[in-house]
Order: sequence, then C-alpha cells, then structure tokens
Amino acid sequence: MRLILEKRKATSQKAFYIVPIVSFIVALILGAILLLITGVSPIKTYAAMVKGTFGSMHVFSETLVKATPLMLTGLGVATAFRMRFWNIGAEGQFVFGGIAGAGIALFFNDFISSWLVLPAVIIGGMVAGALWASIPAALNAYLGVNETLTSLMLNYVAVLFASYLYYGPWRDQQGFGFPGTARFSEEAWLPRIFGRVHFGIIFAIIVAIILWFIFNRTRWGFELKVIGENKVAAKYLGIKISKNIVLALLLSGAISGLGGASEVAGISRRLQAGLAVGHGYTAIIVAWLAQLNPIAVIFVAILMGALLVGGDQVQLMMGLPAAVGLVLQGLILFPMLAGSLFTEYRLKIIRPEKIVAGKIESEA
Amino acid sequence: MIQLITTILAITLRAGTSLVYATIGEIYTENSGILNLGVEGTMFLSAVSAFAVAYYSGNVWLGFLVAMLVGGVLGALHAFLSVTMRANQVVSGLSITLFGTGLASFLGQRLGPAENNFNLAGISGPRLTIQAIIGLNKIPVLGALFSQDLITYSTYLLIPIAWYYLYKTRNGLNLRAVGESPITAEAMGINVVKTRYLYTIIGGILIGLGGAHLTLSYTPGWTDNITGGRGWIVIALVIFAMWNPARAVLGAILFGGINAIQFRLQAVGATIPSSFLNMFPYLATILVLIIMTWWETLSKRLGAPAALSIPYMREDK
Repeated sequence: MRLILEKRKATSQKAFYIVPIVSFIVALILGAILLLITGVSPIKTYAAMVKGTFGSMHVFSETLVKATPLMLTGLGVATAFRMRFWNIGAEGQFVFGGIAGAGIALFFNDFISSWLVLPAVIIGGMVAGALWASIPAALNAYLGVNETLTSLMLNYVAVLFASYLYYGPWRDQQGFGFPGTARFSEEAWLPRIFGRVHFGIIFAIIVAIILWFIFNRTRWGFELKVIGENKVAAKYLGIKISKNIVLALLLSGAISGLGGASEVAGISRRLQAGLAVGHGYTAIIVAWLAQLNPIAVIFVAILMGALLVGGDQVQLMMGLPAAVGLVLQGLILFPMLAGSLFTEYRLKIIRPEKIVAGKIESEA
Repeated sequence: MIQLITTILAITLRAGTSLVYATIGEIYTENSGILNLGVEGTMFLSAVSAFAVAYYSGNVWLGFLVAMLVGGVLGALHAFLSVTMRANQVVSGLSITLFGTGLASFLGQRLGPAENNFNLAGISGPRLTIQAIIGLNKIPVLGALFSQDLITYSTYLLIPIAWYYLYKTRNGLNLRAVGESPITAEAMGINVVKTRYLYTIIGGILIGLGGAHLTLSYTPGWTDNITGGRGWIVIALVIFAMWNPARAVLGAILFGGINAIQFRLQAVGATIPSSFLNMFPYLATILVLIIMTWWETLSKRLGAPAALSIPYMREDK
C-alpha cells in the first residue's frame, strides 16, 4: 500500500476555502510555540495584537493605512499572475509611481492649474508604474527573457534611483540633512477620509471591482486566463500572447504605480526613504493568499496590514520586537503553500493489487 | 598606489566571501532546476543564529556549524514545498525570505543578554581572526589573497572543486541533467526528487555559511540590517555567472569590489553617486539575461538550466 497524488479533474472548491483558514490557524499555533520558547505569553501577545489593530477606530485606521499599499500592489501582482506572468517587480513599479507622483507634485504645480495637480500626480504615477512594468513585459513577450529575474532586478534599480533623487538633486535644502524631498504643496495632497486613511483605499476598492469584472465578465479576462492555463491552446484560439502580456503588464504596473503615487501624496507627502519597505514583495503573498481573486485581495491585505500594525503595537505595549508580525506573516505562508496542493490534487491510497505490471493506472 | 590597490583587493575578497559561498550554493540549487528566492532570508537567519551561538558558546566554529544547519533546514523546507508539495517556487522562496528576515529580526531582539535588554545588536562576540600567511602577504597586490581568514581561504579550494564536480563528474552530469530535462533524467534512471532535495539542501548549507561569515568575520557583530540585500545580489550573481561556479568568483569580486571602492570614493568626496554605482550590478545582470536569451546557442553552451523553476510532476505525464 502506498500513497500517491492524483490530479483532480477540477480544482476543489472546498479545499480552496479550507486551506487558507487552516493555514491561518496553523500559523497562530506555530507562532505561539515560538513565543513560548522565547519566554512570552502567546495569549497576551495575540490579545495585544488584536486590540492594537481592531480595538479602536484609531488603531483600525492605522491598519487600513498599512493595508492600502498592499491592496494596490496586490491587485497589480494578481493581474500579471492571472496569466502566470511572474511579475515580482511590484516594488519597483510602486516606487516609480511614487517618484513620478513626487516629481509632478514638486516641479509641475507652478505650470498647471491647482485643481489639475492631484489628478496629474495620480495619473503620472500610473503611467510611470506602467512604463516600468513594460520593460520586463516587452523583454519577455518579444525576446523571451525570464520575467521573474528581470522584474526582480529592476526593483533594485528603481529603489536606488529613488534614493539617488532624495539624497541628491531632489533633496530638500531646508531639510536639516534629512534625506527626503521638500513637502508637497497642499494641492498635491491626496485627501484623507479619517485618521490617516486616504483616498488610496477608495482607488483600491474601485480597481478591485473593475478587475473582478474584467477577469470574470470580459473576453479579455478570459483570454488572460487561457494564456495562464495553456499557452498552446491560447495560440490555437487565435489569442495574441505577446500583445496580451504587454497590455496586462501595463495594467499591472499602472495599478502598483497608483499605489506608489497615492502613498506619497496621501501619507508622507514627500519622497523619502520609507517608501520602499517591501510592499511589493508582501503583495505577491497577498495575491497568492487571495488566490488571485481581486475582491479577496482587499481583505487579505487588511489582514496582512493588521499583522504589521499588530507587530508595532506589541512593541509599544509589551516591549516585544515588532518583527512578531513579520514572523506570523511568514508562518501563514508555509501551510498555505503546502496546502494549495490539495486544491489541484487529491491523496489516493494505492493497494498492491491495483499495481499492474509496475504501472499505476490513473484516472487523470 | 599599489598599497591602495592591495587594500581594496583585500577588502573586496572579504566582502565577497559571503557572496561566493551563497552564489555557489544557489548555482547548485538552480542547476537542479529549483529557483530559491529565499537566499536573503536564509542568510539573515543563519547570520543571527551564528552570532548567537558563537556569543554564548565562545566558539566561532560552533556558530558556523549552526548557521549551516539553519541554512540546510530552510533549504529542505523550500525543497519540501516546491518539490513534494509542488508549490510555486517564486512564492515559496519569497515566503522563506519573509519568514527568515522576520524571525532573524525577532530573535536578534530576544536572544541577547538581559543586561543589553535581550538585544544582540551592539554587543561584541568572538570573531574569526585574520591569519596572514607570513611572507606571501607581503607580495604587492597579490598579497591581499594571503591576508584573510580561514573561511575566505577555503573559497580558493571551494571554487575549483565546485566547478570540477559540476562539469567533470558523473554526479555533476546527473545534476545538470535534472535541471535541463527532468523527464529525460528520470528515464536515464536518475531520481529527480532526491537530486532536487539534495542540491537545494546543499545550496542552503552554503548560503548559511555565507551568512555566518557576515556576523562572525566581515562585520563582525549583529545589526538588524546585516545582509543589506546581499541575498538578492546573489540571485543576480548566479545569472551573471551564467550558472557556472568558476565564473561566480568574477561576479563576487566585481560586486564585492563595488562595495570596497565605495568606501574609498566616499572618503575622497566622490563624484559618481553611490546609487548609480550600486545599480550597475543589477543592470549588468539584466543585460546578461537579454544576451543569453537572445543568443540561444550561446546560452546552451554556457548552461542555463532549461527546466529552472518549472515544477516536475511525475503523475501528470
């Protein structure tokens, strides 16, 4: 008798929902063990995290603040992953969105009428993100260059370019040596809704709804899905793969760029070092946990944002390292990754008599 | 001037040591067809483990040993997720980086002595001493090769051995066969699953060793940003070396050299902004990728593993 994995005929809907929930519980248990080993009460820690993220309107608003860039980059990543284009360059696209937004806010506000400044910042961010994403897209679509590696390398180029700007030519002369640009003038500020929650979250929700519609209700969404599942079949259906890769990546980069522009215009209101803190990488995990469903991305991003804020709160209240939140984020992923196998495969017990001439007859 | 070049070369080799180990480790892993993006997290976690163990035991070598163990375990985890559970390799590797950096940062603030508020940062532990080879270290320029620590000296052996094993032995051929075409390899009687596990674990061990060199020799000591993106540079270096351990050394020296030159440039009031200098390796890597893809015959000869990051599922055939 032995166990083998058999491919399911259709992905399991039950596993699709159970796996993330079980993963979350497993992560909490593993995290509790880690906390116990290092001599901290897990119950107190978790209680502090929940209280520190959802306990009051103020802390909940901070959770949403942290979640907003994760939502937008997560949606951007999900768009590319939909056709199994492994764009891991959301970080760079996000940063370039921030650079462009800051550039427009700082240097163009004298030339355009004041009500146009904010739309220009936002649209500029989207265009910059799209252009940055178009590099790995075009290289892959027309030359076949591995997109994972190019998009990853471009992240560093973008982050270094941003640091060149705020340490160098764009640095605020009155900043007392603080590495960052001057504060934007007020017409470039993205309005805040409550606390520090800004309009970026509205953008995220609108984008999520649009993407949901594109993915599920349009021919283009269907084409992207076919490309992801079977490139050969896509070709026979007459789908233009190269063109779709570039188009989808322009959209993907634009969404991440929107995230970057919203972040600089809504939170820091200047370009500074805190912009690139790995949102683009966490976004991959957000998209993955949400199983590339744009509506689910919004909720997963809130959960991941809560873990980050929860970490900060645990540091404030209990003097524990804020990295607790990061550890928990990481711990959710392992059972999730391992469990995702069961959405596509099922375990099957093979009894010896079923093995005919050493070969296993599989139904799939 | 010669003295300056010698000093820069010596610093370059020291800065490059962790890169050489991790790059050779990742080259072995990728040659088996597994892309491990967990290098940054693995280096980070092994760096903190090495430092904590060395600090409490007073023994540097025990620190290196534990770091290798940590690296091996994370390698095994990546192999389990991406080979056995068929998880997406990109996501699995990134998860290891996220988890590794998070846990390392957490442990760095928990494992320290109580009088330092449980923090490992800012305390000094044992470090690997530089053992200059008297006589040889006085040679102009090349003397830099002979005023290093034992771990750096070991790379002089590791690089040729890693190259020889990969290209001149039966095991190396099998390894490359698995990365090139797992189906063919399986037909040749090679156990694909076992091979991928083995070299992902070995890769992790070498990455762990590289991480330990940071806290026990190069820096030394623990700070919360000790790897400073070295794990990502390793990913770039593997491509830059075109998956060949012998070429890894050139890349590591180039990248390590950029590090070393930067300090000098800053000292003399540099005209080239350091951001652009730091960008160079990544841009060069993209260029290498483009040339290799474009010139496919060249890439075949240089040995980019064709099945890299493509999961192998025997049951799906």
